[in-house]
Amino acid sequence: MVFDKVVKIIAEQLDVDNVEDITPKTSLMNDLEADSLDAVEVIMALEDEFDIEIPDEDAENFKNIGDIAKYIEEKTK
Amino acid sequence: MNSGLRSVGILGTGSCLPENVITNYDLEKIVDTSHDWIVTRTGIHSRRIVDDNTATSDLATKAALKALEAAGVSAKELDLIIVATVTPDMSFPSTACIVQKNIGATNAAAFDLGAGCSGFIYELAVAKQFIATGVYNKILIIGAETLSKIMNWNDRNTCVLFGDGAGAAVLGVTEEGTGILSTYLGADGEGGKFLTLPAGGSRMPASVQTVEQNLHYIKMDGSEVFKFAVRAMGNASKKALKLCNLDVNDIDYLVPHQANTRIISASAKRLKLPMEKVYVNLDRYGNMSAASIPVALDEAIRKGKIKKGYNVVLVGFGAGLTWGSSVIKW
Repeated sequence: MVFDKVVKIIAEQLDVDNVEDITPKTSLMNDLEADSLDAVEVIMALEDEFDIEIPDEDAENFKNIGDIAKYIEEKTK
Repeated sequence: MNSGLRSVGILGTGSCLPENVITNYDLEKIVDTSHDWIVTRTGIHSRRIVDDNTATSDLATKAALKALEAAGVSAKELDLIIVATVTPDMSFPSTACIVQKNIGATNAAAFDLGAGCSGFIYELAVAKQFIATGVYNKILIIGAETLSKIMNWNDRNTCVLFGDGAGAAVLGVTEEGTGILSTYLGADGEGGKFLTLPAGGSRMPASVQTVEQNLHYIKMDGSEVFKFAVRAMGNASKKALKLCNLDVNDIDYLVPHQANTRIISASAKRLKLPMEKVYVNLDRYGNMSAASIPVALDEAIRKGKIKKGYNVVLVGFGAGLTWGSSVIKW
């Protein structure tokens, strides 16, 4: 559930056409060619959508979209 | 007019940019960076930098004289001069007093205002009160910076972002229903740590150590400031519009603080505002802190981008943290 929502937001922010290509292993920067500011914008969109705060020191640990979804699941429990 | 308050508007604007242009290619020779990296992350292609003999008041004075000329107001008519800056000539006397002397505004009171990059919006709010209530008739407000003097030219994260310049506006009474419709200001001291110049004040006076540790230069946490800026720009604009019973659809032209094109486009997207309605000049000047908005406004006016009857929104955000927005009916 959370993962699907995360994928939808990321696809919107980064204009990804093939949503099916995004898996938990997909990396924002390596696979979707996001730069550091794109990543910040994705984090902001997620913060707004899930009404949570994602501090920089947590965001720095995200390796892929699976990590992001897991983090948000924990935070919104 | 039933409020008993006078309508206050901008009578004329002026700006001054130093002649010396520093391109991204010039910076490639000083720090480990590239033109492409700077352009994709910031939108900046070049910036203007003063020479060693030029201080903030020199730029402020030239911008002020142009604004007085455009307004058809003489220096002697001024009741008050406010200069917004984070790079004053010195701690005291204020840069506003130096400008007062330079232009011969012998009847004007003068003070500096510190609100980081939001300085021009804070000035508008302060000046508007004095004129609306009838205390003063003509006020000169200036945003002026020589950020090149507080930049660490070895720090590639900050030295590519900033530039020098000054913009000024003369405010006075305008036709009822026109002029400044609203001003909205905000601050968050908790976030102040994200954008600072640590030393040189009473907390950490200048010493051999502060110089050796590069504490007299701008320090910035880029991603935190980016997040703050995108949200502040959208929220402040909406608050100022609401104060005069308008909404985002009523914006004819937006003149935002010029920090980063990515901040401007992300905020415009949040406001659902097409970029044609947004003035951008940071590609040529970089971020000039308190000078950015008045220089952008002056250019937009002189290029005919702002027409009579337009609802123009100014919005700024910066060190403090501070933010502010104003709606002006042209």
